[in-house]
This record gives sequence, structure tokens and C-alpha cells, in this order.
Amino acid sequence: MLHPLRSVEYDELRAVRDVSVAVAEGEFFGIVGRNGSGKSTLLKCIAGIYGVDRGRIGIAGRLSPFIELGVGFNPDLTARDNVIINAIMLGISRRQARERFDHVLAFAELEEFVDLKLKNYSSGMLVRLAFATAIEVDADIFLIDEVLAVGDAAFQQKCFEEFFRLKREGKTIVFVSHDMFSVERFCDRAMLMERGNVLEIGAPAEIARSYHRLNFGQLPHEAPEDGAPAAASAILDAWFENSVGERVASAGREEALNMCFKVRLPEDLLDPVFAATLRNELGHTIVVARSDQHGAGSGSFSAGEVLTVRFAMPNWLSASRYTLTPSVAREGTGADALALVEDMATVMVHGASSGGILELPTSVRIERS
Amino acid sequence: MSFAEDLLAHAPAPATSRKVHGPSAIGGDVRRFWALTFTLARTEFKLRFFGSALGYLWTLVRPLLFFGVLWLFFTKVAHVNRSKGPSEAFYGAQLLGSIVLFTFFSETTSGAVRCVVDRENMVRKIHFPRMVIPLSVVLLGMFNLGLNLIVVAIFALAAGVHPMLSWLELPLIILGMVVFVAGMSMLLSALFVRFRDILPIWEVTTQILLYASPVIISVITVKEKLSHTLLRIYMLNPLATFFQQFRHAFITHATPSAGAVLGGWSALIGSLLVVVAVFVIGFVVFNRAARHIAENL
Repeated sequence: MLHPLRSVEYDELRAVRDVSVAVAEGEFFGIVGRNGSGKSTLLKCIAGIYGVDRGRIGIAGRLSPFIELGVGFNPDLTARDNVIINAIMLGISRRQARERFDHVLAFAELEEFVDLKLKNYSSGMLVRLAFATAIEVDADIFLIDEVLAVGDAAFQQKCFEEFFRLKREGKTIVFVSHDMFSVERFCDRAMLMERGNVLEIGAPAEIARSYHRLNFGQLPHEAPEDGAPAAASAILDAWFENSVGERVASAGREEALNMCFKVRLPEDLLDPVFAATLRNELGHTIVVARSDQHGAGSGSFSAGEVLTVRFAMPNWLSASRYTLTPSVAREGTGADALALVEDMATVMVHGASSGGILELPTSVRIERS
Repeated sequence: MSFAEDLLAHAPAPATSRKVHGPSAIGGDVRRFWALTFTLARTEFKLRFFGSALGYLWTLVRPLLFFGVLWLFFTKVAHVNRSKGPSEAFYGAQLLGSIVLFTFFSETTSGAVRCVVDRENMVRKIHFPRMVIPLSVVLLGMFNLGLNLIVVAIFALAAGVHPMLSWLELPLIILGMVVFVAGMSMLLSALFVRFRDILPIWEVTTQILLYASPVIISVITVKEKLSHTLLRIYMLNPLATFFQQFRHAFITHATPSAGAVLGGWSALIGSLLVVVAVFVIGFVVFNRAARHIAENL
């Protein structure tokens, strides 16, 4: 409550400053950063929802006015009413909104619930309806805050297809996300923000890497609290690299992918077992690569030696986020690890998915019996 | 290097680039402005009567109930209309007319106070001319007023009022009311964003205005009790002018026109200036506030 006689004191918060960036026509531009880094504020400034105190923002083309999905949705109205209202807010005329209504419902797969009040919708149905409405808007430039993939897995796939369609049609999209997977999947370039400043603008993979570093601290990762600290810190670094030895945070399919880590041996070892465990987003173990796989011993090493271990494999992984868990064990089963760091490195694999967890090369032969 | 970076490196910013202005009160194209205003008003209308058995009828019944109470009390108990001569003819119709106009004023402005704050979600997420919000409230008020006036007309005709040429003044009176109410709505909704005290203040103010305008007590009675200076101040209230002119033009010429109360049309300049001033101030205040409404919510 304001006191009428007291002068009001303000805390000035500069949410965004000194941002200078040009996004080209037809570009997918991602803005990433931690919570409170100013990315949504920047998006709102571009959309004209917030005014800027200093600087200039210019756009060429029609700007979609929506930042988030389902703005203005009212729980007491039916889907039909809400879609029309939402569409009008997005700048479509009432007549166009009515014409496109069937298409919206079909896309959202909610035809049978058209006259149901929104308060009876599940949250998933709600975002599907909102997304289906939002993509009907006629615009050249879309500003999107955290709404890349909504609904269940099947609908997410549809969303992604819609984004690729927009991309093909030459639309310009600026979007804010915490999901590095989608940033790497869609963006041509990305920008990392921190406390209102731009830290870095560059290729999405680079930005994703910087973002992870910003979130989880500098590499090499610190040792986990539990377990013997000396053993855990024995693994200095872990990363994925491509066939020419460049570190990558994302990989296309069918390129070779190396799982690598650097380890300082804690003791003298004869034929230690080096292993790399690859898990997918759900935590399923997909690949376990071991240095004793082929029966050969790894050799003799003395304490304090620093080794780089590389496991090469063809990339037959389906699109997902994978993590690498490096480990070293004494000769034998490999069960008692001398050093192990869970999920130390991350890689995004992109590309269309067949639905399986692996995209093994297959051939087919059909014969009449 | 991506295709886009490559493109950027070689092409300067497009010459057609236009500056993004911050949020504004009006601006944007007229059709969208109207579509939004209309849609918001329509939605509000749907929501308000959702889930009530009599639905829209309440909007008609409420002023009628209020009228019934006042009419019973003041004609049967307090006898305000007795022995006041011909100006009190059709007291019921005059009372109802004033109540309907007052309802338009009070419901619209009190609805407008919270309107921008209640649509916080929209204001913070979509770029659109902010003026749409208070104006949609006024639009809905106008719609309700229109239907209520039909009830007034039926009531007046049933009470024996004959259609008069001066009924043609009605659109002008309504226009004046709308300008006044719109100005007030813009002012109140913009101020409420920063000063939440506006809500109780305005509740009291509307109560005062009910008694400071010819709704229950006719202007003739007021004229008898007040000095000429006080009467001038009383008639500075635009509601007094509009209500009195409505009673004169629509119900009976036996009650003086708003100008005649003070002895000449020139006396009305004061209250009309108030209307214009409220509108201009409301517009300017809202316009200035619009730029930062999203941040200040």
C-alpha cells in the first residue's frame, strides 16, 4: 500500500541492457539463459509489450503478437468461444477465425470436445488447443516463449513438424527456451544471456555447451559428494567428439561418435578396465563400451598417469539426449569401480526418429512363399 | 557458420525495417482495435451471465427492483412527490429513467476501475492497444443501457407519456453520457494500476453522486433548498445535466430542461466543460500510463 505522504522509493532493475543482435529473415534464433537472465523481458520488448528506455528495436514484416500460448483463455467458456477470442487477439478477423476453426480443432484432435468448457479440459488438451490456435496466425515473425513441444509424445511430434513447416516457409522465429535439445534441433543461431547481458552469440551447439557450463559449473565436473572423493576426481573430463576429433554437444545421425574421457590413475594398475556407459534421457542404458570387450588387456600403468580413453562407435542412436558415464575398474568384472562419474557429458542426437531407441541400419527383402 | 550468419554478414538490415514502439493506448489498425473491443465486451457479456438461471434478464431486473424500492418508499412513505405541482407528473417514469442512466454510469465506471488489472494476463503477454480494455467495458455498458432504455420507453408509454419530438434529443444525451463515462473509465482504470485506493474512493463517490443528481429528489426540490451558487455547483455535475435533460426531453416538459434550471442554455457550458475535461484528462492519463502498464501491474 502506498503511503500518501512518503516519497516512493524504487528499486531499479535493469532486466536487459546492451543487447545488440540482428536476426535475419528466415532465421530460427534461440535465446537461452538461466531464470531471470532477461530473455523473456527481451522478447517482450521486441513484441512491444514493454517499452525500452534506451536503444532501438526494428522489425521488418508482420509480427505475431503472441508470446505465450493460450493468453486470454477463459475456463468458463467453451473451446469454440476461446479459440475465436484467442484468434482475434492474435490479429485474425472474426470471419477468418470462424473459417479456420475446424482446422484448429482437427489439428488439436479435440473435435469431440468442442462444446466442452475449458475448465473441464486436461492441461494437455489445453495446450494442444492453444498451440493449434497460435499457429493459425498470419505473421512473418514469431516470438515464442517456452512452447516448443507441448502435449503427449505424438502431439509433440506434430508440433515439431509444424515448426519445420514454418521454417520451410521462410518464417523468422525468435524463441526462448531452457530446452537445449530443441534449441539445437531448430535454431540456426542462439544467444546466451546472463543478468541482462549477452554472453555469447553463436552456433546452437556452442551455446548449449556454454549454457550447461553456466548451469553446472566449469568442466571438469566436480566430484560427487558421495563415494571416495579421490577416486571420483580421478576422472578429469568427459566429452563426446566426432570423427575428426572435435568436441560436440550435438550430433547428426550416422556420423561416428566417440565417447571420450580423461583419467588420472589413482594407483598402479595392470590391465584396468575402462568403460563408458551411454544412457538416454529416460535413464535407460543403451550402450556399455568396455576396454576388455575383445579379450585384450589394456596394458600396465603407474599411479598419477593421465590417460585419454576414446570409444568409437557408429552413431545409430535415435534422436534424444544422451549422457556419458565414464568409469575405471581393476582387472576382472569391472563391477567395483575405482572411479566413476555419473552422466558427466551430454550429447544431443538429432534427426527424424523411427520410434525405436536405436536406428540400426536394416535391409529388407520380401519374398512370396 | 550457419546460413543465417552468412546472410547477415553480407546483407545490411532491411531498409523496410520499422521501429518497434513500446505499448501504446491506441495505435495499430482500426479494424483490430474494434475487433478487440467488441470481442472483449462480448466475452465479458457471456461470462457475466454464465450460470445464472435468468441470465441476461438480471441486467433488466436489477434497475427495476431498485426503482421499485425507491418508488414505494418515496411515494408511499416519504411522499417526496406530493404537492409539487405539474413537474412531478410521471414521477415514476422520471425516476426510472434517471435510475437507468445512473446504472449505466455507476456499473460501467465501477467495472472499469479493475478492468486493466483483471486482464493482467493479456496485458503482459500480448501486444495490443491498451485503450481497448476500458473501452470494451464502456461498450458493454452501452449495450445494457440500450436495452434498459427500451424498458424505460415501454414504462413511460404505459404510464401515459406521449411520444414527443424532443425524443430526438436522446442520442445527444446518450452521447454526452458515453463521453463522460468513457473519460472516467480511462482515468479510473489507469489510476487503479498504481493506486489501489481508487476502488473504495470510487465506491463512495458513486454513492454521493446518486444523491447529488436528480434521481430521487427532483431538481425543483433542490432548487428550492439551495442558494443559486450551490445550485450552479450542483448543475456542474454532468450527471445532473444529463438526467434533468432526459427527464425534460423524454418524459415531460413539465419539468424544466437542464438549461432552464439555471435560467438559460449558457449555464450548461460549465457541466459540458466538465465532460470534455474528464474525457481529455482520462485520455491523457491513460495514454501516459499505457506505456508502462505491463510493468506496473
